[in-house]
Amino acid sequence: MPDTITINGTDHTLPSDPRVSLLDFLRHDLGLSGTKKGCDHGQCGACTVIVNGMRINSCLTLAALHDGDDVTTIEGLGTPENPSALQAAFVEHDGYQCGYCTPGQICSATAMLDEIKAGFASDASESLDGEMEASADEIRERMSGNLCRCGAYANIVAAIRDVASQGETA
Amino acid sequence: MRPFDLQRPDSLEHARNLSTGETATLIAGGTNLLDLMKLQVEVPERVVAIDRLGMNEIQATEDGGLRIGALVTNTATANDARIRSDYPVLARAILAGATQQLRNRATTGGNLCQRTRCYYFTNIDQPCNKREPGSGCGAIEGIARLHGVLGTSSSCIATYPGDMAVAMSALDATVEIVSADGSERSVPVRDFHLLPGDTPWRDNVLETGEIITAVTLPALVEGKQLYRKVRERSSYAFALVSVAAIIAMEGDTIARADLAFGGLAHKPWYDPRLSDLLVGKAPDAALFDSAADLLLENAQGYGENDFKIPLARRTLAAVLAEATETEL
Amino acid sequence: MTAHLKQDEPDTANFLDTMKQGVLGKPVSRIEGLAKVTGTAPYAAEYPVENLAEGVLVTATIVRGEVVSIDKDAALAMPGVLAVIDDKCLTTRAAQGTANEAPQQNPRKVDYWGQPIAVIVAESFEQARDAAKHLSVEYREEEGAPLDPSAVEPEEQEDETVDQGDLAHAMARADHAADLEISTEGHASAAMEPHAAIAEWDGDKVTVYASLQMLNYNITELADSLGVDEDRVRLVSRYVGGGFGSKLGVSEEVVAAAIAARAVGRPVRVVMSRQQVFQCVMRRSETKQRLRLASDGEGRLDGFGHEALVSNLPEEDFAEPVLQSSHFLYGGKNRALKLEVARIHRMTAGSVRAPGEAVGMPALEVAMDVLAEKTGVDPVELRIRNIPDCNPEEDLPFSSHKLAECLQQGAEKFGWDAGARKPRQTRDGEWWVGTGMASAARVHNVGEARARVTLRPDGTAEVRTDMTDIGTGTYTIVAQMVGEMLGLGVDDVLVQLGDTDFPRGSGSGGSWGGASIGSAVYLACRALREKLAKKAGTEESDLALRNGAVEGGKSLADLLDGQELSEEGHYEPGEIADTHTASGFGAFFAQVRVNRFTGETRVDRMLGAFGFGRVLNAKTARSQCLGGITWSIGAALTEALHFDPRDGHLVNCDLAEYHVPVNRDVPEVEVLMVEERDPVASPIQAKGIGELGMCGGAGAIANAIYNACGARVLDFPMTPDRVLAAMPD
Repeated sequence: MPDTITINGTDHTLPSDPRVSLLDFLRHDLGLSGTKKGCDHGQCGACTVIVNGMRINSCLTLAALHDGDDVTTIEGLGTPENPSALQAAFVEHDGYQCGYCTPGQICSATAMLDEIKAGFASDASESLDGEMEASADEIRERMSGNLCRCGAYANIVAAIRDVASQGETA
Repeated sequence: MRPFDLQRPDSLEHARNLSTGETATLIAGGTNLLDLMKLQVEVPERVVAIDRLGMNEIQATEDGGLRIGALVTNTATANDARIRSDYPVLARAILAGATQQLRNRATTGGNLCQRTRCYYFTNIDQPCNKREPGSGCGAIEGIARLHGVLGTSSSCIATYPGDMAVAMSALDATVEIVSADGSERSVPVRDFHLLPGDTPWRDNVLETGEIITAVTLPALVEGKQLYRKVRERSSYAFALVSVAAIIAMEGDTIARADLAFGGLAHKPWYDPRLSDLLVGKAPDAALFDSAADLLLENAQGYGENDFKIPLARRTLAAVLAEATETEL
Repeated sequence: MTAHLKQDEPDTANFLDTMKQGVLGKPVSRIEGLAKVTGTAPYAAEYPVENLAEGVLVTATIVRGEVVSIDKDAALAMPGVLAVIDDKCLTTRAAQGTANEAPQQNPRKVDYWGQPIAVIVAESFEQARDAAKHLSVEYREEEGAPLDPSAVEPEEQEDETVDQGDLAHAMARADHAADLEISTEGHASAAMEPHAAIAEWDGDKVTVYASLQMLNYNITELADSLGVDEDRVRLVSRYVGGGFGSKLGVSEEVVAAAIAARAVGRPVRVVMSRQQVFQCVMRRSETKQRLRLASDGEGRLDGFGHEALVSNLPEEDFAEPVLQSSHFLYGGKNRALKLEVARIHRMTAGSVRAPGEAVGMPALEVAMDVLAEKTGVDPVELRIRNIPDCNPEEDLPFSSHKLAECLQQGAEKFGWDAGARKPRQTRDGEWWVGTGMASAARVHNVGEARARVTLRPDGTAEVRTDMTDIGTGTYTIVAQMVGEMLGLGVDDVLVQLGDTDFPRGSGSGGSWGGASIGSAVYLACRALREKLAKKAGTEESDLALRNGAVEGGKSLADLLDGQELSEEGHYEPGEIADTHTASGFGAFFAQVRVNRFTGETRVDRMLGAFGFGRVLNAKTARSQCLGGITWSIGAALTEALHFDPRDGHLVNCDLAEYHVPVNRDVPEVEVLMVEERDPVASPIQAKGIGELGMCGGAGAIANAIYNACGARVLDFPMTPDRVLAAMPD
């Protein structure tokens, strides 16, 4: 059984204590503290990372069970010198305040735009069939797994819609 | 978390052998188990990861239904084309629950085994007969806002918190189970979860060492399928009351009415008498009221949750009105 | 050099308006934005410190009594455990905002369920958490601790009491009267970053990386808790993942980390679990309020009564100041206001965003809606009619007052229908649709603040202060202030915050940060401008600086000629606070839908119009308003702390069951900033923003629910059960 995990393109050895969550592994063991701990119980979304293309709460999964997996964290999406489109849009639209939920929001939004393209439905979808749209109502529901206590939701939706519409025209 | 021995078997047989002890538990998506292990509500000595044992496909069955593997994620189920078109109540129920992040991890089998969100159950410094048999029920005389009004007992008033199983109950799905010795059995979802009675620590019929392998949906049924979830905020909240409904009309009368309820009991609540009452009748307010009377005839509130009784009545009326296109 | 101002007089010169850079007030994106969106901004638990041990707090499982013994040996025998610490200096409550002294100490004495009593230190987090759960503690419980605020004899807060004229008589003779009892449940700040600290000793000096709002006070609180001199303590909070009052005072994990690090001789990190943040930091008190309004036939108030009962632990000075804006928002010569505190053994009550008005204003604004209905006067007009000329209790002039403008402009922008109002006029399928409005008011405060601004030889600037940015935009407005005053772009200003090695700022709290630190920075820049003017051979008032140069003259770098110039600005609130009533004002408008079957309420759209003095950054100011409105939605519909009636423990102590709004709860929100210059508020004419956006908003939603479906809900939050209970058949 391989005991390595790929994070942002780099291989790492998994922790020996099976109790270590993927979140604590990232933050404590690897110093990738861009991924945040807000509740440690899957109730806030601050720890959202993308594993094999799917967004998950990294607090509710054991690092040891991710051998061979490919993980993207906020650090893998962009840098201050070269931010991703969503990262830049969050700055432009002030899609944050304190910034603590922000990496989770952006990881979540990154995966969410792919989900919409792939036709995933949501609780806000009028119909379960057909193409899904990155409408404001859809984004609000699909981003409801990421709490923002500062109350930047309106700006978060604006930032995501901005990128989604660029995607359509590009 | 307490230290534990983590095993990741590569076959179902091996998994069965590893999980026979009282202190072993299975982990699939882990979204509920790890939550509870961090709180030390769950303190397994061995954790058996079954996440790479296959069981992650949705297949057609011979009699025209679908078999959803135990490890199919909630996301995969909700987005399966066949589920969406033929069992929309199931897709809708799943999408009404949790968040995309959680649904991406949560599995069919794990979701069925989801434990209650009772605040006294999740706080190990409070009494709870479910967590610690004989310690008492903190909720009955405490804060019982989340709690049950149907089928409660003097030892436990917790609710089953999920959405998926409520839809599966309305659909009359079947849980496939393999036991430690390899024998297999099937249990209707409607019978899978237990009422608390005087053994509230038992959430469901699974015996030690048993593993859920799949849930089977019966062949496509006629009728309108609806899932209605009433909650305090518009997303990411457990149901105060939820209703899964499959309602078919024949002319002006109801031809089929399968209803299951969430948020009201220790299990998805299915009362066969509702179907008997509704079928063959023309839908109107009086009929919906009678259905609610029947549903709630033995309902008991515990102060904080008294509201669930009128709320269930009104939600049922709303769902029946929508399904039968009746103006109330 | 220090440039000092104690503001005793109004400042009507509006000197800032004569500056040339044109960057202040502009919607500049946050200068620290890229650090936040890329995850490179370090929060308290994230500083790279070598050889870190992990601490986890242990909390009490009794209501009141004492810890008799702790089985330390058993815990120490567990893998990785380094220490079990129950030092008498551990703090058992968080300090209240601006306490400036140690909060309650002595962990042997228990005053509430969930109180910290010890800290366990281990090599790894998992080891420490496990050991903390296992720690065996023997208690001696003192039975009978009061837990129900309604069941104890309350203490009157006498400085809040107003008894003017004869309200009972006014009520009896009024053409129209409203007499309502309204309740609100407790709230949690629930900042997204849990309280966290890393402490590291170097000899007898400790550095603590923490998540705190007011370092200037926190350093004193920590030093006092540790029994050391302040000069042996350094606090660092460069990024704070939300505070909302919960990080005003030094909290238990900060002191615990410092004590633990000293005990084990290596750096220790203590991060509260989310449950601990809920259970042992601060709650907003629940309230029971009575509102009495007496008016003439046209809705002019003759009588105004507002009473409130709140609660807190014994020995706490804080009492939710429910009546704060009720003292001056509306007229009425017969006045009765009273605030009482019930001493009970629930966790500490303290500041949660907009203490007082957050719960007092919605209640008042529901009462105003009831009065509007009784009088037949349009709710917007009713409020305009009752704006007093001066503070009706103290005969003080208002510093500036934009309530009427906010009401009028907000109504217009929202499309408010001033016609006759009646519930249940609009139905959309299962949903009743209606509108409602409310006034906003929040007292304005300022605090003493210092900041050092240095002009470097290359013509760029650096600012240093221990002021914090808790998400409000401090980094950016400080850069804009310097840019405006010294003729620089924000990219040419390096802003260093959140370190007590820097001059002491005001800290962030009570919405006072922007005006206070902005004034300190302004003063430093004035002093720098004096020096520059001298070099340029002109008067400071004539010195026009723009884009790094004197307009039509030398560049700053040339003017500096290789020198560095540095000045400290020191701003102090002066007598002016006693001679004027200063407040932010505004108006909320909401459209909601209420499900006629289930009582679920969804907000369709909201608009807030606010007047809070000079806008320092239109983008971050708007965001503050959006945040406040989002909190209004939570206070209106979902947020409620539930306490067990037998042991007072907070039952819903997590983010699954304490329902802060999610993205889907928040609709299109429009913000209208009615800009003004408040000459009293601060020398930069700015007032507080952060809290105003939730001071009344929940009332607008309540009034919209009534207009939609006829349910007059008098208990917040208006959850489906409460809406249904109040809904007519």
